[in-house]
Amino acid sequence: MWRRIILYRFQIDRVVRVPLFVALAVSAAVVLLVVCFLVLESADALRAIGPWRFVSDASWHPTRFADTGQFNLMPIVWGTLWVTVGAVLVAAPLAFLMALYLYFFAAPRRARAVRSLLGLLAGIPSVVYGLWGLTVLVPWISRWQPPGASLLAGILILALMILPTIALLTDAAFQATPKASADAAAAAGLSRWGALRAVVWPPARSGVVAALVLGTGRALGETMAVLMVCGNVVRTPSSLFDPIRTLTANIALEMAYAMDLHRSALFVTGLMLAVAVGVMVLLASLLKERDPYAA
Amino acid sequence: MISRMVFMAGLLACVGLWTGCGRTDSESTRIVVTGSSTIAPMFGDMARHYESQHPGVRLDVQTGGSSRGIADARRGLADIGMVSRAAYEDEDDLVWHKNARDGIAMIVHADNPIREIDTDTVRAIYRKEIRRWSGLGGPDRPITVINKAEGRSTLDLFLAYTGLQSEEVQADVVIGDNEHGIQAVIGNPGAITYVSIGTAEYSVNEGRSLRLLPLDGIPATTERVRAGDYPLSRPLHLVTRPDPSEEVLRFIEFTQSAEAASIVEAHYFIPLSD
Repeated sequence: MWRRIILYRFQIDRVVRVPLFVALAVSAAVVLLVVCFLVLESADALRAIGPWRFVSDASWHPTRFADTGQFNLMPIVWGTLWVTVGAVLVAAPLAFLMALYLYFFAAPRRARAVRSLLGLLAGIPSVVYGLWGLTVLVPWISRWQPPGASLLAGILILALMILPTIALLTDAAFQATPKASADAAAAAGLSRWGALRAVVWPPARSGVVAALVLGTGRALGETMAVLMVCGNVVRTPSSLFDPIRTLTANIALEMAYAMDLHRSALFVTGLMLAVAVGVMVLLASLLKERDPYAA
Repeated sequence: MISRMVFMAGLLACVGLWTGCGRTDSESTRIVVTGSSTIAPMFGDMARHYESQHPGVRLDVQTGGSSRGIADARRGLADIGMVSRAAYEDEDDLVWHKNARDGIAMIVHADNPIREIDTDTVRAIYRKEIRRWSGLGGPDRPITVINKAEGRSTLDLFLAYTGLQSEEVQADVVIGDNEHGIQAVIGNPGAITYVSIGTAEYSVNEGRSLRLLPLDGIPATTERVRAGDYPLSRPLHLVTRPDPSEEVLRFIEFTQSAEAASIVEAHYFIPLSD
């Protein structure tokens, strides 16, 4: 009888294995296909213009022909980097504090209410944030430092957008430790800080890193909202009030109107974005790999 | 057992979706129209009107800019391309059907006391040789120069008319479509930009706070574009490959008819036949 049960489970495993593998293979294949597509579409530009000119040309004034256009993407790369780093620097500490409050201080009912509010905030489409930024935030900054559409506006809008994502995921990571364990730590004489550092933080660590990665990814990939508030001028920013253009906005602004090499150069932009996401995921996996209880 | 049932159900759903996607209406003709976002809403209205008169025809109007209109028509991805400019020299492989005209107006915030502008001043502003409105007799406020993104036909026409090179323009803000530009001007009393006269007039009639500046002494109105003396204007075209089908030609004839002219006017463009 035991033999039969084991055999039966084995068969179930065999049946389930195939669709699970297919699902995995499909999603892996999609990623590879996207990268292949980007490489194929940008091949024209990389061949005719050469990779070097994308970092060394005088400016970004793309045309349909290699000899008349200027194809420097570096100001856009810097703009993307600054707005993403800025948004994460603003949002992450706030999100962390919110998650701490939810875990240690909030009464269960209030915590539930705050969580559903955060969920609502995370679900608001990005154009809505963009529209609010364009009609309220940008004019407000422009009264102070015209023209208003700037790196600062982009950082604030993006921070607002990724705040709920990071806060909710960090909160979920903390929940991995039952509240009772934290209470037991307190009973054993640990301070709140001690309980956080020794009991709650170690198992939450990788979840918090994942929250940061997802938040950063959303900031990096966000298009409509930054397009509306950042000013989109291709120039390396030297202050918070300078306009910037992000890689995503570059594609969204110009793709519909681009032909031939210009179009292909925009796919190079997309390729750069894919590389940026790849580097970020790599960095995150380095951060995560350490043993949670080693610290 | 349960997981197997779920698996079978999933499989059935997939098969259902797959067969559902493959089904097409065989009795109706589908015409795909893509191109300029300036004129897509107008052709969208025309398409609805035309569909109600010709039940067998379905028109699919998509935006994406004049360049996409050209590219799609060339590759056969679209039956008709919408192009809001004149033909370039290397584009005579397509047939250009003239439809209407549009003008481009310089616009500022309604609170801006500037009442008119000339081409030299526009050039100086866009090169940042004039940086504050006080230099033009206005308030002491910096001028926010708003420009369009590379590749837009409005930008091409603006550059061709002012004689500015794309590299010379010192923009503070770069925008995408007309609506984005109008919104940016409304939010910034020091801003100046250029948008389609039709769209700008419509916004002013809606009570939004912006002003169309007369250019070189000629008021930026649809009437003056129609009269032909407003300088900064452009033709709006439909393009097809040299051998369009009967149905496509019939729709293009409709868009040029007196019946369609009222739709053109409703969108603040200027019909050819009046």
